[in-house]
Amino acid sequence: METRRLVFIGVGGQGNLLASRLVGEAALSLGVPAVVSEIHGMAQRGGIVESAVLLGDVTSPIVSNAEADVLIGFEPVETLRALVKCNKDTVVITNTSPLPPFTVTVGQGTYPSVDKTLDMIRGKVKKVIALDGNAMAAEAGNVLSLNMVMLGALIGSGTIPIGAEDMKKTISTSTKKAFLESNLKAFGLGMENAN
Amino acid sequence: MHKLLIENSGKEMLLLGNEAIARGALEAGVSFVTCYPGTPSSEIPEQFFKMGKETDIYFEYSTNEKVAMEVGAAAAIAGLRTMVTLKHVGLNVASDPLMTLAYVGVKGGMVIINADDPFCFSSQNEQDNRYYARLSSLPMLEPTNVQEMKDITVAAFDLSEELELPVIIRTTTRLNHISAAVKLGDLKPIKTKDTFQKNPFHFVAVPAVSRNLHKLLLEKYDRALEKSENWPGNTIVGSGKWGIVANGVSFNYVSDAVSDLGISDKVSILKLEFSWPLPKDLCTRFMKKVDKVLVVEELEPVMENDLKAIAQESGITIPIKGKGIAGLSRLFEYDPGMIRKAVAEYFGVDYKGTEILDLSEVPELPGRPPNLCAGCPHRATYYSVKQVYGPDAVYPTDIGCYTLGLLPPISMADLVICMGSSVSTGCGFSQATDQKVVSFIGDSTFFHSGITGLVNAVHNNHKFTLVILDNGTTAMTGHQPHPGVNTEPMGVDLTQLSVEEVVRGCGVKDVHVVKPFKLKKTIESVKATMEYDGISVIISKEACPLFAKAMGQFKKSRPFYINHNKCKNHRDCINLLACPAMYLDGEQVEIDKNLCTACSVCAQVCPENAILPLKE
Repeated sequence: METRRLVFIGVGGQGNLLASRLVGEAALSLGVPAVVSEIHGMAQRGGIVESAVLLGDVTSPIVSNAEADVLIGFEPVETLRALVKCNKDTVVITNTSPLPPFTVTVGQGTYPSVDKTLDMIRGKVKKVIALDGNAMAAEAGNVLSLNMVMLGALIGSGTIPIGAEDMKKTISTSTKKAFLESNLKAFGLGMENAN
Repeated sequence: MHKLLIENSGKEMLLLGNEAIARGALEAGVSFVTCYPGTPSSEIPEQFFKMGKETDIYFEYSTNEKVAMEVGAAAAIAGLRTMVTLKHVGLNVASDPLMTLAYVGVKGGMVIINADDPFCFSSQNEQDNRYYARLSSLPMLEPTNVQEMKDITVAAFDLSEELELPVIIRTTTRLNHISAAVKLGDLKPIKTKDTFQKNPFHFVAVPAVSRNLHKLLLEKYDRALEKSENWPGNTIVGSGKWGIVANGVSFNYVSDAVSDLGISDKVSILKLEFSWPLPKDLCTRFMKKVDKVLVVEELEPVMENDLKAIAQESGITIPIKGKGIAGLSRLFEYDPGMIRKAVAEYFGVDYKGTEILDLSEVPELPGRPPNLCAGCPHRATYYSVKQVYGPDAVYPTDIGCYTLGLLPPISMADLVICMGSSVSTGCGFSQATDQKVVSFIGDSTFFHSGITGLVNAVHNNHKFTLVILDNGTTAMTGHQPHPGVNTEPMGVDLTQLSVEEVVRGCGVKDVHVVKPFKLKKTIESVKATMEYDGISVIISKEACPLFAKAMGQFKKSRPFYINHNKCKNHRDCINLLACPAMYLDGEQVEIDKNLCTACSVCAQVCPENAILPLKE
């Protein structure tokens, strides 16, 4: 099958590692070869967390600069920062809700406007799917379900060979029962807004 | 039941590389596992800790890697299948036992999992531990993917028993932290006890014995070489005239590059899985059938240099290159694009990489370095010490979350070399300069290798202050226990040592135990150390809030808010503390009540008393 290279970018605590692992689980259940790559340790103390999923006939576990087919950004400025992973044919899926780093709070940098950030991304890649993931997570009843919203948007974008029902099945078996309802709702909201 | 203990033989499971190693050990019938946690190896021992009473496997978080190696060595010498896991710099700590254990050898299979960290994702250096195989003459195996991580672990136990030598499996971060489908094998029953067979003229490495043991090691080395020559994982893929030699994760980059460039029919790849002793004959055969060789290995040109030496011996004169081709360097990790470019350039294949985006108009984005968590007690301790010792004192620090004290506004980290070095470098600075010295070390690191430095400080009359940041866990690597931890809530019955008793036992007279969230009292204690003529120790005791939450012990009080009527915007709260729960709304500092842990430190710092607990 055709190779798909996905890069997930987020901030420690936003749950992008779980999202990428669930894509790996769903791929495994469908017999699609998948490698999921993540970095643990110091990076997770409020820093940037990057993970990658490679689907198809590929053995390398990471994505080089300019080689991502899909970039899933959990925070708008981090999406912009991760554009080095993209090329003109990349599909970018991004949360629009900002999470300014503490460097901004202590005056060591300025957080750019979200609109400008999105405009800059839009001009450079094939397609941008921008959605207010935080609002949808809240609507689903759990602010921590942002990763499910983003996962929904990824599946809804039709960029990978995993369907909604298969993904939902994986979410049902691999996430905590107590959050299942809100997770599935968040996933659905992400799916609906993936355009 | 722990997922790795479910038989599932023949089934496929999505496993993290580190889980695959743990599963491999189970399939080999491991019965004794020791470690000191260290990223990227930490999730291997974590599996055994979590299995707890579900297995009869003996598992321990040892005090440090040297101890882990020695505890494990005895078990393997007695006859048990033993695994020791550590990160690359951990093998430095364990290198003393390793070198002579190689002489003595083992009876039960002993596998040492060594996780290297190219790019220093979570480490103080990116040393290449393939040199340890060469230094110790021990066999080294290097998997290239998650399935191999499991399979090689199983094979390594058999190999170790056959050679009566410990076997080192070397991974890199990219292998430890990737997940992929792994086909599982059978779990093996385990032997939990054996009887040590005395043989002092073999096991007691006095000079007369060691001379014989060295000879024995070289004989075993020759047998290992024979094994590596015939190892199924040391293979040549393809039959073209362009030769590429690769190990570990780089093998994947090479395979993908060859297929992406459409040159499979022109290339032969020598994959070295049993990488030490290097299979000389296999390498010679390979070099004789190709026109030129590209060596693809992260970090040091270890194979490249060895291949050049082998070629010289065999009169092979083809070009052998690695470092320097298309920017392949001794630095950091490789990536698929980099290797595609190097292969294309070296063999003269037409290749234009994917065009990179023009990002010149993207403004400089605010940095997002890792930061101490909201409510982290380290922040409070740093604040109090700085109030007394100021910005000019020398602050040696150590390995742990608190190393993040490096960043502004705390800016209280002046030197880190390795685990435990804060204490001993404190000795050195206080003697070599007239500057005030305050060293910082975490509780786990103190037990790991801070105690010997402290004994040295007392004995040699050094004059400085050591702050032990006691948060009751090994936080950075994922909340593992250590000798000072109460393990009861984790369902494990281990003996808890008191940091204070250990410090007093080392002979320290000026000891202060403080609660860091009580700033006034803490500052008083810090002042007392400033006046003390000798070695002072402050034990700053407060639980890591992440750990307390995970253990269900975190008592959340009412979060704090900023009263706008009282706030005069001095911004001491953000300028001195920079707690991530604080943010700016326009010009007004606000507190995110979801992140605030109610530690109250900012409220004590505010000159206007404008930070108050939220009303119910």
